[in-house]
Amino acid sequence: MELIINGEMIQLPESVKNVSDLLTYFQLNNKIAIVEVNLNIINKQDYETTTLSNGDKVEIVHFVGGG
Amino acid sequence: MTERYSRQELFAPIGKEGQKKIAAKHVLIIGAGALGTGNAEAFVRAGVGKITIIDRDYVEWSNLQRQQLYSEEDAKERLPKAIAAKQRLEQVNSDVSIEAIVGDATARELEVIIEESKPHLLIDATDNFETRMVINDISQKYRIPWIYGACVGSYGISYAIIPGKTPCLNCMLEAVPLGGLTCDTAGIISPAVQMVVAYQVTEALKILVEDWQSLRNKLVSFDLWKNQHTAIRVDKVKKADCPSCGDNPTYPYLSYDMQTKTAVLCGRDSVQIRPAVRQDRDLEELAELLAKQGIQVEKNPYLLSFMADGHRLVVFKDGRVLIHGTKDMIEAKTLYHRYLG
Repeated sequence: MELIINGEMIQLPESVKNVSDLLTYFQLNNKIAIVEVNLNIINKQDYETTTLSNGDKVEIVHFVGGG
Repeated sequence: MTERYSRQELFAPIGKEGQKKIAAKHVLIIGAGALGTGNAEAFVRAGVGKITIIDRDYVEWSNLQRQQLYSEEDAKERLPKAIAAKQRLEQVNSDVSIEAIVGDATARELEVIIEESKPHLLIDATDNFETRMVINDISQKYRIPWIYGACVGSYGISYAIIPGKTPCLNCMLEAVPLGGLTCDTAGIISPAVQMVVAYQVTEALKILVEDWQSLRNKLVSFDLWKNQHTAIRVDKVKKADCPSCGDNPTYPYLSYDMQTKTAVLCGRDSVQIRPAVRQDRDLEELAELLAKQGIQVEKNPYLLSFMADGHRLVVFKDGRVLIHGTKDMIEAKTLYHRYLG
């Protein structure tokens, strides 16, 4: 599957099917992130049920604490 | 004097009127590390009326790579960051009133500052989520905007939180995140700091000149090394039942129970211990006591430091103690009690 993630076309393995898989793939699952799919923000409790399709536009912003 | 802000006044969205507004404003900067020094210098050069800057730490050599107000001399003297920042800022612009507070930005300390000096804007320049949640609740309670900013490695993130308008940090996070990358594990490059500072100061200037319509209203993040940039509109994340900004706020992070008194410092391999009840320490007396035990003590008017069991202990006048060379809170507490009662 190909997704446009943060403006960049990225090829993803078969195993990535939903938002939760995507965050795991990017090793962001333990971090607090805001995820937007095709301009809709996804609630954290809906990460597993939100399936992704070829060409979806995904924006991911994760929170960090340094400064 | 009239020339000083001419280029900023020529910038139409600010103009002479905007400059007058800037000169009448007070900004509270929480933290005097990388983000704090960057923000502070920008505000002071821009001619903000008053700056208050609070920080619990002192200058070390590892700070000089990115904390732009500090010199080698400050690191040699282990000068508290708030003091070193004030000295440099006064050289930059003597018209700005600068208040330096050497202390821990706890809920209580921040509430006292806000009730006494009524700042118009809070700038987040901290290195932890615990303090950010405190700032978030204070911002809601006193209806003062605050600007979140954070960075690690080559990554940075920022968002301006306006009470009654935007979602707050608690809406977005739902809880204080545990773990995650810190300056300890991932390091930090100075352009990531400068980029976050640029986002924070720009939104701040819009707020200071009351140009609310021009606010970005998006959560922005970037990775300068990976060449990525993202901005998300987060209005819909605002929750009506949020305990910080919802319809019946309880400001959970302002309650005493929510506050730790031991904290590991970002990037420092150090633990800070803060007495439950604030009490100034008599540094003279302590220095004498330690000297009697054959311990060599280094001292300036704000703090004293000494080596014990392979660790450096630094005692601040306000009672806080930094224990270097450990991230283990229990070990730190043991050393604390062993040497300081």
